This record gives sequence, structure tokens and C-alpha cells, in this order.
Amino acid sequence: MKITLRIWRQSGPEDRGAMRTYELDGVTPEMSFLEMLDTLNEELIGNGEEPVAFDHDCREGICGACGMVINGEPHGPDRTTTCQLHMRHFDDGATVDVEPWRAAAFPVVKDLVVDRSAFDRVIGSGGYITAPTGSAPEAHATPVAKAAADTAFENAECIGCGACVAACPNGSAMLFTAAKVTHLNTLPQGAPERESRVLDMVETMDAEGFGGCTNTGMCTSVCPKGIPLASISTMNREYLRALRKG
Amino acid sequence: MALATRTARGGRPERPPPTPVRLWRSTIGKKTVMAVSGALMLLYLVFHMLGNLKVFFGPDDMNGYAHWLRTVGEPVLHHEWFLWLARVGLLAAVVAHGVAAYQLSRRDIAARPVGYRHRRARTSYATRTMRWGGVILALFVVWHLLDLTTGHVNPNGEAGRPYENVVATFSTWYGNAIYGVAMVAVGLHVRHGFFSAAQTLGAGSVGRDRALRLTADALALVLTLGFLAVPIGVTTGIVE
Repeated sequence: MKITLRIWRQSGPEDRGAMRTYELDGVTPEMSFLEMLDTLNEELIGNGEEPVAFDHDCREGICGACGMVINGEPHGPDRTTTCQLHMRHFDDGATVDVEPWRAAAFPVVKDLVVDRSAFDRVIGSGGYITAPTGSAPEAHATPVAKAAADTAFENAECIGCGACVAACPNGSAMLFTAAKVTHLNTLPQGAPERESRVLDMVETMDAEGFGGCTNTGMCTSVCPKGIPLASISTMNREYLRALRKG
Repeated sequence: MALATRTARGGRPERPPPTPVRLWRSTIGKKTVMAVSGALMLLYLVFHMLGNLKVFFGPDDMNGYAHWLRTVGEPVLHHEWFLWLARVGLLAAVVAHGVAAYQLSRRDIAARPVGYRHRRARTSYATRTMRWGGVILALFVVWHLLDLTTGHVNPNGEAGRPYENVVATFSTWYGNAIYGVAMVAVGLHVRHGFFSAAQTLGAGSVGRDRALRLTADALALVLTLGFLAVPIGVTTGIVE
């Protein structure tokens, strides 16, 4: 396969950046998108050029490190992470646009790498439970209703990749924050901080410069883990409840 | 242990600002203001649309109904007080809705300072047109009040005779055009707005998502068709 790549190149946070075009030959359908970029980088290094910087870690679709906007869609045409996207989803001779996540809260560090530490600060402000450390707790000590366990698990699947922010026309982090709030607020283990969690996480989310939710549903349509839009409604409900309780 | 870490240094916890202030400062709170004010206006629209259909029962019915609206609540309320209370309430809703929308929109636009080179608009038409649709509706309301409330721009403009004024407006091409565009805009606005408000107020759930969207579609369709029935009635001669 031969692929024409148009990739966002930006040498650093202060650089203006621009799209650069690369022709890449010898791409095979079973290559992952990241392996295809590795191949390009090998070629670039061989030519004495700067390789394309991109985030990646597990390459198994579970860590949330990788992520880029491919042809205008976060993680590309398949509902998965970029590392699990394979080149068989592209035609031979296709032109593929690759850009970094775009949001005020996610400044570009270099090329396709953005600073997602805003997510860490949202988590730090309430995305935890208070539990004694030490040996693992007895599994039956805290009963959890099946429905609550299912909801919590569905939301716990969020890997914090940031595709929701990248897809949202408002650069909003509502789906991410909602997944964390719903996950912990549904469980009895999260009950002691139920109110402070949602109030503090939303406050941090707003302070980090993310936009508001206009319920377009773009976030959930690109989420590699399928976090439902309804989680945002759950967070809104939790937020208003917490505000009423003062 | 954890409780102690939540206490501010000096032993006294910091007092959070009052609830209405916190509500207005947060994005979710502002959306709540938009949802509640939008719901109030939607409720008014439903009654307004039903009242409009009186036009099909002739001038006596329509004008009698308009006169009755001024006497609602008497003798507890003075003449026209109910109407003025409703107007003040609606004005407050319009202002709150508009100010919150403006502030949230500015924030949303600032949150994506650099756009994508490869553009892909995949949100629905109703969703994409919420902001400008809202502006169009606000302008329409100004014209609509000058036309049928104060009568300044109405070709007939006779106080106390809404039936004749309505017929006069819809006997002009521009009256039909302005009204037609606005009623399509109101349908689109309600289509996304109803679903969005339900989500914001926490009524959304995985199982209810489809039902909420269908309700929004039905509400939008009924409102648009109900309102458009009047100019269609005048144009086709059913109402004269």
C-alpha cells in the first residue's frame, strides 16, 4: 500500500506549526496506525530528518496514551484507540490527515503530542476514594448491587485518552469527568466524598479552560470505550444534588 | 484522616459562596439556568400555539379568547395583571437564557482556539444551528411584538381585534415569509433544546435516551405545524 500522509509538524509549544506532506510506500494492511508511523519515522531518521513525535505506550488499547485526529476523527475511522486502528481501514493510495488533539486545555507540546495534565488535575481534585491502605479488603465486606456494579464498571472503562475533548466542538471534558464521577459516585466505596467529588471535579474542569456541554453527542460517538452520553446526565444530576445539599 | 485534609489551614473551613452564585459560576449551573428558562418558554409556546388555533373558530371566538386572557385571575388579580405577570416572567426567562447562552458560547469558542484542518461537521443540523437560530428567534420576537402586540408594524393594527390583525399580517408576503422562517427555527431549536435541557437537568439515562429524542422530535413537529397552521389557513382562505 502507498499512503500520502499530511501530518501536523510543530517543533515546540511556541512554534506556529504547519501540515507537512509525506509519501509512504510499503505499508501493509495488517500494520497498526502507529506501526505505520514508526515506518515513516525510520525513513525520516534515515534521511536525517526529525521523526514525528506522538504519544504511545501499551499499544493494546488499554492505557489511553496514544491518540491523534485522523481525517478529522479522533482515533480515526474505527471505534478504537489509534494503536488498535489498522491500515486495512484505508484504501491504497489514500491521503490521510493527522493532527493533534485541539483544545485550549491541551496545549501542543510537539507535533502530535499534547499536554493532557489538565485531566490529572481534574482527577486529583476528586477522582479517588478514601480507603485504608494495606492488605486487599475482603471481597464481601461491602455489598454492591448488580445494577450499580454494571454502571460503575461501564464508566470505569474510561482510559482518559482525551478523544472526547478532541471531538467536542466546545473542547469540553464533560464525558471524561462524568465517567469518573459516575464510576465512583455509583459505588458505596465512593459515597463518603459523593458531594465534594462532583463539586470539586467540575470546578477544576471549568478552571482548566474546558468548554461546556451542548449535548452534541460527538464525545460518545468517538469514545473508544463507549462511555454513554447518559453519564453526563448522571453527573449533572449529582452536581445539582450536591449543590442543593450545600 | 481524610476529613482533616479537607479542612482549611487554621482549623476553620473556608465558606463556599452562596448556592446561586456557585450555580451561575459553573458551566453546569449556567446550563441549568438555560434548561429551566427554556422549559418555561417551551411551556408558554405550547399554550400560545393552542390559543392560536382559536383562529379557526372565527373572529368572535379568537377575539373573545384574547379578551378573556386579560381577565384571568379576576377579582384576585386586577385587570390584565395575569398577562403582565406572564410577560415579566417570560422577559426574565428570555434574558436569563440569552445571557447564559452568550457567556457559555464565548467560553466554548475559547476552549478550541485552533481548529482542525480536516473539517468534519457531523452534529445534526438542529444542534449546529442552536446559536444563530436563537438569535433569529430573538429578532423574530421583536418583530412579532411590534406586529401583533403593539400593532406598530401591522397593516391593520387595531387594538382588541387580534383576529383581523392576524389575517392582515398573513395577507402580506413578508408576513408569511418572516413567520415561516421563524417557525422552522423554533422547531429546530426545540428539537435539540428539549433533549439538551433534559440531559442538563439530569433526566437522561441509557434507557431513556431514545424516548427523550423522540419526545423532542414530536414536540418540535407539533409546535411548528401548529403555528404554521394559522398562515396556511389565511393563505388558503380557510380563515378570512
